[in-house]
Amino acid sequence: MSSLAATVQNIFDEPGCAKNGSKSEAERKNGCTKQLQPGSAAGGCAFDGAKVALQPFTDVAHLVHGPIACEGNSWDNRGAASSGSNLWRTSFTTDLSETDIVFGGEKRLCKAIKEIIDKCDPPAIFVYQTCIPAMIGDDINAVCKAASQRFAKPVIPINSPGFVGSKNLGNKLAGEALLDYVIGTQEPDYTTPYDINLIGEYNLSGELWQVKPLLDELGIRILSCISGDGKYREVASSHRARAAMLVCSKSMINVARKMEQRYGIPFFEGAFYGIQDSSESLRQLARLLVERGAPADLLGRTESVIAREEACARAAIGPYKPRFEGKKALLITGGVKSWSIVAALQESGLELVGTSVKKSTRNDKERIKELMGRDAYMIEDMTPREMYKMLKDAKADIMLSGGKSQFVALKAAMPWLDINQERCHAYMGYVGMVKLVEEIDKSLSSPMWEQLRRPAPWQALAKAMEQMQPPVAAIACDPALAETARRARKICVCNTVDLGTIEDAIYAHGLRSVAAVREHTDALGGCCRRRIQGILVSDPSAMGQAAE
Amino acid sequence: MAIVTAPRKACAVNPLKMSQPIGGAFAFMGLRGAMPLLHGSQGCTSFGLTLFVRHFKEAVPLQTTAMSEVATVLGGYENLEQAILNIYNRTKPKIIGICSTGVTETNGDDVDAYLKLIRSKHLQLAKLPLVYVSTPDFKGAFQDGWGKAVARIVEVLVEGPGANGLRDPLKVNVLPGCHLTPGDIDELRVILEDFGLCPSFLPDVAGSLDGHIPDEFTPTTIGGIGVDEIESMGRAGWTIAIGAQMQRAAEVMQVKTGVPFRVFERLCGLCPNDEFMTFLSEISGRPIPLKYRRQRGQLADAMLDAHFHIGGRKVAIGAEPDLLFDLSGMLHDMGAQLTAVVTTTQSEVIERIKTKEVLIGDLEDLEGLAKTHHCDLLITHSHGRQAAARLKLPFYRTGFPMFDRLGAGHQLSVGYRGTRNLIFEIANLVIAHREENDRPTPDKWRTASELPRCSGYRSSTGAAGEAIG
Repeated sequence: MSSLAATVQNIFDEPGCAKNGSKSEAERKNGCTKQLQPGSAAGGCAFDGAKVALQPFTDVAHLVHGPIACEGNSWDNRGAASSGSNLWRTSFTTDLSETDIVFGGEKRLCKAIKEIIDKCDPPAIFVYQTCIPAMIGDDINAVCKAASQRFAKPVIPINSPGFVGSKNLGNKLAGEALLDYVIGTQEPDYTTPYDINLIGEYNLSGELWQVKPLLDELGIRILSCISGDGKYREVASSHRARAAMLVCSKSMINVARKMEQRYGIPFFEGAFYGIQDSSESLRQLARLLVERGAPADLLGRTESVIAREEACARAAIGPYKPRFEGKKALLITGGVKSWSIVAALQESGLELVGTSVKKSTRNDKERIKELMGRDAYMIEDMTPREMYKMLKDAKADIMLSGGKSQFVALKAAMPWLDINQERCHAYMGYVGMVKLVEEIDKSLSSPMWEQLRRPAPWQALAKAMEQMQPPVAAIACDPALAETARRARKICVCNTVDLGTIEDAIYAHGLRSVAAVREHTDALGGCCRRRIQGILVSDPSAMGQAAE
Repeated sequence: MAIVTAPRKACAVNPLKMSQPIGGAFAFMGLRGAMPLLHGSQGCTSFGLTLFVRHFKEAVPLQTTAMSEVATVLGGYENLEQAILNIYNRTKPKIIGICSTGVTETNGDDVDAYLKLIRSKHLQLAKLPLVYVSTPDFKGAFQDGWGKAVARIVEVLVEGPGANGLRDPLKVNVLPGCHLTPGDIDELRVILEDFGLCPSFLPDVAGSLDGHIPDEFTPTTIGGIGVDEIESMGRAGWTIAIGAQMQRAAEVMQVKTGVPFRVFERLCGLCPNDEFMTFLSEISGRPIPLKYRRQRGQLADAMLDAHFHIGGRKVAIGAEPDLLFDLSGMLHDMGAQLTAVVTTTQSEVIERIKTKEVLIGDLEDLEGLAKTHHCDLLITHSHGRQAAARLKLPFYRTGFPMFDRLGAGHQLSVGYRGTRNLIFEIANLVIAHREENDRPTPDKWRTASELPRCSGYRSSTGAAGEAIG
C-alpha cells in the first residue's frame, strides 16, 4: 500500500489526460499542483471531491471520519437518484470532539463502524478521511483493515483529506480507492457480450434513466455505473465488462485507464448531452462491443435507434428555433462539458457569446473552437463582477451556469438556468435535450423579466422630475408666474423683444413664418431666427393658452 | 427541570448540528462591506458557502485561506497574510472577519500574533478592521460561533465611553441571536422605532441577507450595520440581547462601555412579548402604541383558534438551544406536549425546557424518539425531511439550514404578529396533513374498533379531529 503522497503523485502522472500529455517532462514532474490562491479561492476540497464521486453508490454506508463541519455542513446536498436503497442519503459521521483530537479518533472510528453494521448492515462501508484525523495521525487504512476482518464486511478507506488539493483530485483519489479495494473483488452472477461500465456518471436528477431505455432496447447491459445509482456488488464485479464509457472525463479518467490496463476493458470519452453527442456515444459503445466480440448486427440496430431518436428530438426542437433567433447565451460551467453543451445549444438555434474553459483540456478547447468558429469567446476565468457587467450590458440574453454564480444573473434581472450538479431537471440524452430547450424557452419568454427591469415608480417619477426643469414645473401650475416668465425671456437680444410679445403676435395674427413675425414685432430675425422658428413649430394650442 | 443527556454514540447519524466557524462567519455577514474569512482548508469554506446559498438563495461572500497540506504542517501565517492582502486588494472590504477552523486550531496557529505581524508589515492595512474569533469545528455548534463572533466584534470595535460620557437614552443596541431571521430583525426594528427608539442591530443580517436586489454588484456583504455605527454603540442607553447565546456579548458591552443590558430569552409567545413591550415602554417613556394593543388581541385570538390543533400534539423538535427554548416554550404555552427534544450543544437554557429529557444528539435520535413515543408533529431544519417522510409526520421547517423551501429569510417568529403567523402556519400544516392522510372512511372506523393496536398514534389525531368537529 503506497502512501497518500505517492498516490497523489501517481494520479498527477496521468497518461490518459490530454493536458498532462501536452506538458514537458519537467512540468509533468510537478504534477497538477496548481497552488490555490488564499483569499480568492472557490470550490471544494479533496474530501468534497471524493465524497461527491462515491456518494451516489446507493447501498453503501458513507462514514465521514472528522469533526462536524465536514459532514454536518454538507450532507444530503446532491440530487443523485436511486432505484433501490436510500442508505446513501443517511449521513454518518464520527463528529470528533476535542477529547478525540487529543487522544486520537481511531477507537471512536472503530466503534462507529460497528454501530453502523449493527444498525443497517450495509454491503460495505466507505470511510472518508478528513483533514483533522489526518493531522493527528489516525490511520484509517489500518482501522478499516482490522474492521473488515473483524466484521467480515468490506470497509473501504477513502484517503482524501481536504487539504491535499482540489475537488478534482478528490474525485481521482476516490477512483484510486475503488481500484485498490473494490473493483475485481467479486464476480458477477452472469455475463453477456453486451456488458458495459459507465464511469463518472452520477445519475443526477435520475438523468441516466433517460438513456438507459435506449441501451435496454439495444440489449446493452450496464454492468456497473460508477457511481450513479450504483450498488456495491456491481462495482466490485465491474472488471467483467466488455467496454466502458467515460462520461465526465475530468473526474475519473484514472479509473477508466487503469481498468483498461488491468482488465483489458477498452474505453472512450463520451457524453449524452446534446443530440450529436448522444448519437456518437451510442455508436462508439456499439462499435467497442462488436470489436470485443458482440454480434455485428448491434451496429445496424444502433443506427436505426439513433435515426429514430434524432428525428424525434429534432421534430420536438424545431418549433423553438425561430423563437431563439438572435438570442445569445453565456455558458459558465466548470468547463468540463462545455463543448458538449455548446453543440447542444447551437442545435437549438441559440447564439453563444462565450463559454468558460477553466477546467477544459486542450482537446476540449479545440472542439469548442471548431464548434463556435475562430473568434470563439473562451473565458479562462471570469470574476462575478465581469459576468454581471456582461449580462447587465445585455451582451447575453441568458446565462447557463452552476448554482454558485446564479445570483450574478438573477440580480442583474437576467434569465438563468442551472446546468450543474444541483439542478433539478435531467438534461441527458435525446429527451433531456428537448427538456433543456424547453426550459431555456420557458426562462427566456417569461414575462417576469420585463417587469423586473422596469424602473420602480419612484425612480420613474424622479427621472421625469429631473427632465422637467423645476421652474418650468412651477410655472405650469401658476398663470401669473407663467406670464412674468414669458415677459422676462428675451428672444431678440438685439432689439430686446420678449417671448410674450412674439407669442401674442403669432397668436393674434396667425403668423406662420419668421418674416411675418418680423413684420408684426420689433424682432430682427437675424441671430434670433432659430429661436423664432422654434416658437413657430411649438404647439399652437399651448401658445394660445399662454396668450390668454 | 429537564434532564440533559449527552450522546453515547460513536457515530452521529444524520447530524442536526452545524459547525462553529460558519456560525461565526454568519455573524460577520451582518456587517456592511464585510468579508468573512475562514482560516482553514478550502472545503471548510465551500461547504459553508453552499449551505448559506441554499438557505438564503442569495450571493454570499465567504473566503478561505486555502490551507494546503504543506501549509498545515508549516503553519498558516503566509496563507493568512496572502488571503488578507488579496481580499484587501480585490474587494476593498470595510472589515474582514476571520474565523479559525478545526485544521488551524489543531495545528495551533496563533492568529492574534499573525495579525499583529501582518499589520506591522503592511501599513496599508492600518485602518482596516480585522476581527479574529477562535471557532474550532470540534467544539460547540453554530450558535456558539455566532455568539463568540459578536462578543469579539464588541470587544474589538466598540469604542469606550467618550471623555464627556454622554449617552443618548433613545439609542438602543440590539444583539440578536442567530436564530432570528432577517424578517425577525426587520420586525423588531419596526417595533423599537414605534416606541421612538433608535436601534442598532449587531449583527444586522436584515440589511445583507433579506434578498433585495442591489443596484451595483458588490463582492462583499451588500448591507448590514456599518463599522462606524458599531463603534458608537457605547453611547446607547440600553443593550437588548435576544437569546441566551448573546448574554456574553452583552456583558462584554457593559464592561467596556457601561451600557446596561437585558436578555430576552424568548420573543415568541404572548407573555414574552408582554414583557418585551413593557420593557420598551419603560425605557422609552412612551405608552405601548395602539398598533400593538391590536396585535396582542389578534395573537390571543389566534391562540384560541389554533389550540384545537396544536394542543395535545406530541411534538418532536430538534433545534439549536436558543431556538429550541423559544419555540418549545411557545408550543408548550399552546398546550402541546414536548415529547422528543433534541439539541446540538450545551446551554444553560436547555434544562429549563418544559419536558422530561433533552438529548444532545442528532436527527437519528430525534427520529427514533418520535417513533417510539408516537409523535405527531416534527419540527426541525430541512434535514428532517427524510425522517418526516419515513414517519409520515407533518413537518414544520425551522432554523438553519432550510434549503428545500423558499423564504427562509422571511420566516417570522418574534413579536405578537410574528407569533400569530407562526401559530397559524403550524396549525395549518397539521390541518392539511390530517386532510391528506387521516380522512375518516367507513373502513377506518371498522379497523379502528377491531384493531386497537394502532390506537396510540391514530387516536391522538382522531381526538384533535373530534375537537374541531
